[in-house]
Amino acid sequence: MARVTPATVDLVTRLASLSLTEEERRLFARQLEEILTWAESLQALDVAQAEPLTAPSAPRELREDNPRQGLDRDRVLQGAPDPQDGLFRVPRVIGG
Amino acid sequence: MSALTELGGAAIRSRVAAREVSCEEVVRAHLDRIAALDPRTGAFLAVVADRALARARRLDVALSAGRPAPALAGVPVALKDNLHLEGSPTTCGSRILEGYLPPYTATAVDRLEAAGAIVLGKTNMDEFAMGSSTETSAFQTTRNPWDRERVPGGSSGGSAAAVAARMVPVALGSDTGGSIRQPAALCGIVGLKPSYGRVSRYGLVAFASSLDQVGPLARTVEDVALVSSAICGHDPLDSTSARVGAPDLVATLDRSIEGLRIGVPRDFVAQGVERETLARFEEALRALESAGARVVDVALPRLPHAIAAYYLVATAEASSNLARYDGVRFGLRADDARDTRRLYGQTRDRGFGAEVKRRILLGTFALSAGYYDAYYLRAQGVRSLLRQDFERGFRTCDLVATPTTPAPAFRLGEKTGDPLQMYLADIFTVPANLAGLPALSLPCGLAGGLPVGLQLCGRPFDEETLLGCGSAFQRATSFHALVPPAVSPS
Repeated sequence: MARVTPATVDLVTRLASLSLTEEERRLFARQLEEILTWAESLQALDVAQAEPLTAPSAPRELREDNPRQGLDRDRVLQGAPDPQDGLFRVPRVIGG
Repeated sequence: MSALTELGGAAIRSRVAAREVSCEEVVRAHLDRIAALDPRTGAFLAVVADRALARARRLDVALSAGRPAPALAGVPVALKDNLHLEGSPTTCGSRILEGYLPPYTATAVDRLEAAGAIVLGKTNMDEFAMGSSTETSAFQTTRNPWDRERVPGGSSGGSAAAVAARMVPVALGSDTGGSIRQPAALCGIVGLKPSYGRVSRYGLVAFASSLDQVGPLARTVEDVALVSSAICGHDPLDSTSARVGAPDLVATLDRSIEGLRIGVPRDFVAQGVERETLARFEEALRALESAGARVVDVALPRLPHAIAAYYLVATAEASSNLARYDGVRFGLRADDARDTRRLYGQTRDRGFGAEVKRRILLGTFALSAGYYDAYYLRAQGVRSLLRQDFERGFRTCDLVATPTTPAPAFRLGEKTGDPLQMYLADIFTVPANLAGLPALSLPCGLAGGLPVGLQLCGRPFDEETLLGCGSAFQRATSFHALVPPAVSPS
């Protein structure tokens, strides 16, 4: 059940907002194929009756919706690469 | 004052409480040791000496004024660098967080400091905790204090090496698939992954949110219990934090383990464990029997599938969690990007190392249209089967024992070219994460001159039995007193 061609890597790279060198592209195609082939053993198990376990313990109740002071905006923005006037500055989004 | 660095956290606290030694003296002794040893170990990414000394002096003044000594008074701690300490950079071992300063402190760290512990610094780790050797750190190599040519394990390798080399008595790590227990085993110390939901993850950088858990590393079970008692308990700032009380894990350490049933999944353990590591494991079981426990067989038939399920679930969750590092809100930005699409791609390309990219790609693949059912959903189904195995198993035993790792520490560079081999180093540790169970690694002797660990895994939220058994094991053995040969300053 070969799956991971360089074209698959290209698609997944785009979905993951990564950009890879040609060398990485070839290396990851080979390694992902190896890892997925090895994970093939899972296909032999019958999971039809098994409810997918997304987390060991889900929160049993939601917290009260009490408004409270969050973190200070300016301090939070200090960790960003290019904050300005309480906003994140980015390159142009449309028409670049 | 070098003898102070030989003391565990409990002994330091009692000397501080008795005013035999000041917090400042304790902190200075450990800072001196870090200065002497860390250049050859590489455990720390940052040391916060001034902050530590200031806090130590403040605590000394309070104690002089007659204030009672809190549970961890004067105990130096190190933090894995994915836990926030306000005002100090959090790097996660990654270039992508370059320049990022966390605006708040993690709850687990807050609780340690409230109990009188003193943070000395941040420790090296695999990038975003993705690795089993600390070699994927973007910054430096951490060496195993038992053999400088070998890995300390990972991903909490800096924390484990710092504790083993007596630079701190205790440290915090995080464990998504074994990242506390595996380095603890390879460095000859104790490491606990608490039950999922036991310790708040507020202020822990997320890797795989259904698996991540914060926990302690120390040289004795007593210190692990002391730190756990301080950090466990519900936190309204973490919605996955369980609403269960925080037990006094120190008070129950002396309980007898007479009649305690320890289950061994024999078929699973028989395969692929290095000969001497297996011998140490069998001897550890006999030591537990001598202390009164009963060793029984337990069937956990889906255990061999845990590692494959783990690497699909963990990478899927990581691909989602790490989407936030896009050059806009945190740390690094590729400044020359012409538009936002390129900004994301170029920032992530420069900021992430190869292992992180590999896992993001694998996880994105497992979640993508056409593959979601066959990989991600199936892995979650297998996870459910695995938990059923444990639920059945715990009807006939109280704890499950395996070696922590299949072999002792491997050489630096030995597995970096073969990700699959690196993943298989986690074969015994990932089941506890998938099922949300507490698990403890204890030093159980040397294989080829290198430490190996005994792993005990308990029922959800039954850390008491787990640590009680670990304490009984340490009363009956002296493996935890072995000192790495390479830690004397020279």
